[in-house]
Amino acid sequence: MTYLPKPAIRHPALPVNALGLTRRDYEGSVSTLCAGCGHDSISAAIVHAAFELDLPPHRIAKLSGIGCSSKTPTYFLGKSHGFNSVHGRMPSVATGASLANRDLIYLGVSGDGDTASIGLGQFAHAMRRNVRMVYIVENNGVYGLTKGQFSATSDKGAKSKRGVTNNDEAIDLVGTALGLGASFVARGFSGDKTQLVPLIKAALQHRGAAFIDCVSPCVAFNNHPGSTKSFDFVREHNEAVNHLDFITPRTEITADYAPGAVEVVVQHDGSLLRLRKLAADYDVHDRVAAMAWLQQRQSAGEIVTGLLYVEPETVDLHGHLNTVGVPLNGLAEPELCPGSEALDRLNAGLR
Amino acid sequence: MPARLDRVAGLERVNDFVVKFANVNGSGSASANRLFARAILRMGVPATPRNIFPSNIQGLPTWYQVRVSEAGHLGCRGGADLMVAMNPQTWDKDVAEIVPGGYLFYDSTKPLPASKFRGDIVVIGVPLTAICNSTYTDPRQRQLFKNIIYLGALSALLDIDAQVIEQLIGEQFQGKDKLIAPNVHALHLGRDHALAHLQCPIGLRVRRSDAVGDRVFIDGNSAAALGSVYGGATVAAWYPITPSSSLAEAFERYCRRYRTDKTTGEKRYAIIQAEDELASIGMVIGAAWNGARAFTATSGPGISLMQEFIGLAYFAEIPAVIFDVQRGGPSTGMPTRTQQADVLCCAYASHGDTKHVLLFPQDPAECFEFGAAAFDLADRLQTPIFVMLDLDIGMNERLCPAFAWDDSRRLDRGKVMTQEELEQGAEFGRYLDVDADGIPFRTYPGTHGARGAFFTRGTSKDRFARYSEEGAAYIDNMQRLLRKFETAKLLAPRPVRTDATGPAPIGAIYYGSTSPAMDEAVALLAERGVALDLLRIRAFPFHPDVGAFVAEHEQIFVVEQNRDGQLRMLLTVEEEIDPKKLTRILHYDGTPITARFIAEAIAEQALASNIVPLRKAVP
Ligand SMILES: Cc1ncc(C[n+]2csc(CCOP(=O)(O)OP(=O)(O)O)c2C)c(N)n1
Ligand code: SF4
Ligand SMILES: [Mg+2]
Repeated sequence: MTYLPKPAIRHPALPVNALGLTRRDYEGSVSTLCAGCGHDSISAAIVHAAFELDLPPHRIAKLSGIGCSSKTPTYFLGKSHGFNSVHGRMPSVATGASLANRDLIYLGVSGDGDTASIGLGQFAHAMRRNVRMVYIVENNGVYGLTKGQFSATSDKGAKSKRGVTNNDEAIDLVGTALGLGASFVARGFSGDKTQLVPLIKAALQHRGAAFIDCVSPCVAFNNHPGSTKSFDFVREHNEAVNHLDFITPRTEITADYAPGAVEVVVQHDGSLLRLRKLAADYDVHDRVAAMAWLQQRQSAGEIVTGLLYVEPETVDLHGHLNTVGVPLNGLAEPELCPGSEALDRLNAGLR
Repeated sequence: MPARLDRVAGLERVNDFVVKFANVNGSGSASANRLFARAILRMGVPATPRNIFPSNIQGLPTWYQVRVSEAGHLGCRGGADLMVAMNPQTWDKDVAEIVPGGYLFYDSTKPLPASKFRGDIVVIGVPLTAICNSTYTDPRQRQLFKNIIYLGALSALLDIDAQVIEQLIGEQFQGKDKLIAPNVHALHLGRDHALAHLQCPIGLRVRRSDAVGDRVFIDGNSAAALGSVYGGATVAAWYPITPSSSLAEAFERYCRRYRTDKTTGEKRYAIIQAEDELASIGMVIGAAWNGARAFTATSGPGISLMQEFIGLAYFAEIPAVIFDVQRGGPSTGMPTRTQQADVLCCAYASHGDTKHVLLFPQDPAECFEFGAAAFDLADRLQTPIFVMLDLDIGMNERLCPAFAWDDSRRLDRGKVMTQEELEQGAEFGRYLDVDADGIPFRTYPGTHGARGAFFTRGTSKDRFARYSEEGAAYIDNMQRLLRKFETAKLLAPRPVRTDATGPAPIGAIYYGSTSPAMDEAVALLAERGVALDLLRIRAFPFHPDVGAFVAEHEQIFVVEQNRDGQLRMLLTVEEEIDPKKLTRILHYDGTPITARFIAEAIAEQALASNIVPLRKAVP
């Protein structure tokens, strides 16, 4: 049994969700990021998504690494347990947490330095293990917290605010995730909440590793003209392949789009994803085509966004390990300890 | 060359000798050698084998050394009374190692020049290759059965009961019954040859005894893994490294047996072979933060990689169990040799002011006991617990007391605030020292809808887990962590003291795998008139008994298997003991410490500094 949060005293006009909670109940403490930082918009989108999905906040565990982006879990879901771990290692902590209790929702937040630079290895292995979690990279193409150094997603040839040129190839995280066998891959933009909120909702319902690379401009160090991670650049070059509406099983599907322009994806739990196709011939279930599409559009200077790939019937790490259906952290002595008789038999075999 | 040189009167010893097998790695000798040791054990005579192996899969030299000791000495003795020289690459070194009057057993198929032998040993040749070649055509069979044939010959030479070996072969191949007869046949090929052509038995003999009792024979890594199963570990994350890999593998083996649902096949455990040690400790910390009992097993290089995370677990107060099966360091060092050289690195792992709890098991029985207890301690103290094995204990099978478990024993999950307590309004401050023992309450994620959630971080925080870099809040927290460390002193396994029969002004402190050699050294020293009180340390931080023991003696020898006297450093720093009072006895060439080494070193120093009243030597 779980105790549901009791809604705080609130303004009567604030809308409530099915749990009787308001948006406020999903917020965290006041952000200490720079005014206008893209990361704050992502926090707001997370609040929005969790509220609309009627998720009990305490059934979510927030995990992060180190960076401005990794600080954000303090700024949303204040009633959830949070874990600000070490730089680049959030995925392993999330993997362990998920093994201990398969019943919670794990929401990992990271930065491009945290994931693509120091943490590339752990990111890769969490994807290929298909740990059931939402993994959001708040990608600003720069180290914000340490004041503007290049990260592994900074564009090749990009000039930093200080005038230094980056000569290294940029790592494209969605392409990498696809190559690693990730079962849910999306890209969003912190400046486009209507696209981002449904992506986060879909990710929260996904039964495997759900990866969202979210372009999130750093107003302090990487929002200048010429930066592909600046607000202006992304707005101009954003090429969404689809628009996603997350629909719970309760919602009716209304066909108000031209046939063929909408695809309904049935998730494992019966919930539905309604995809409004913007690129008519884009198939979200074809990994190889998705990789090719990305390469083509990106070389044309576009930033491809939307739900890029999803495997609704995916088998996650617990499925592969064949662990029991109940949380491992709830097992007690009888299920764990074989007892003295078994030990006596074992002793007998060691003589 | 005659089959046996009778010029030398060979050693005459019953149930007290060392046999060393010199083999080639990958030649299949391990199983025959193990049968040899187990047959002696089955005859009721304590036998302690040690594997000396290279970091290699096939081709390099490997040795298996069996000490037979009815008196029960389980430590490494050094030297060989009988060398089973099966490796031409190491022949000269092996022959040189035989004690005068000892025996050399070799494959006499190809004649060897007289210069290859020594005049002061007894040489026993058996044409093993010739016997094999005339019996088997398949090259792999020739290779494998050669091992069983020499085992058969040795059984006749040492008077080992062939039926005991036959029985062991039967047990070993249970389920693969068609392998039993060919192995028994090979055994008798060797045995019959020896009985027909050699004078059997030789001066070294095994005689039935009842000195084994109900003890069990197992390696420390398996025992620690079994302890983890009994201790309720459900999550294990590891990265392969010698000499710790077999611990994780044993955990999987036991879990398959004890934690798998018979009908559904569902597992009540999760094991991940991680991508590296950073990830393995990260997974352990994530799982333990989330309320599961979790551990990793590694060795020195892995410990080095885990440093940052260990500091996080210390400062954020997350339980974790780390088995460090130590090998020769620094760096890749001697990967297949033994040392106790990670003591300081673990005691103060990670940057900033940190201190950690270490447990030092002496044998597989304690690996089991401490293996289980480590999870209680980790939960109780909410901190990483290091279980410090080493290659000598971890990878060698050793006779030890049978495992015991009290079915009324409950897992101590420590201070965890429940849903009900939170609902009833209990005050929750994650870092609030409610009981003045330095240990705060924690909550598992997902416990309660409105109360008990907190933010876990590696940054400084106040008593309510709120980020704070206020000096006062930081110091308050760091001081509480020290109080918690004080609490650990009384919770961790207490040292074991063994006093000399009479008053002794000198004492020796030792720990872990040094134990059997130390026990034997005391007897050797007593024969030389040196009386010694002993204190076996089983945990860090040190129990008050340790300071008391040091205070009671004029001089203390600290016996360790590392170059720098790492435990001695801990004693001087943490117990503020005058370093002059602590004399180092250090053995660190990668081989297990021996009683002879300890006795020599202590006798030399004790007699030189004239601090030992010379008592009459025992006649
Ligand atoms: C082991 C380690 N090395 C370096 C740092 C310093 N550091 C803190 S945040 C950071 C970069 C963060 O960049 P990113 O993940 O992109 O986050 P952002 O601040 O841009 O959101 C670095 C290098 C650290 N905390 N730990
Ligand atoms: S430095 Fe950049 S990433 Fe960090 S808070 Fe400011 S704008 Fe955001
Ligand atoms: Mg960044």
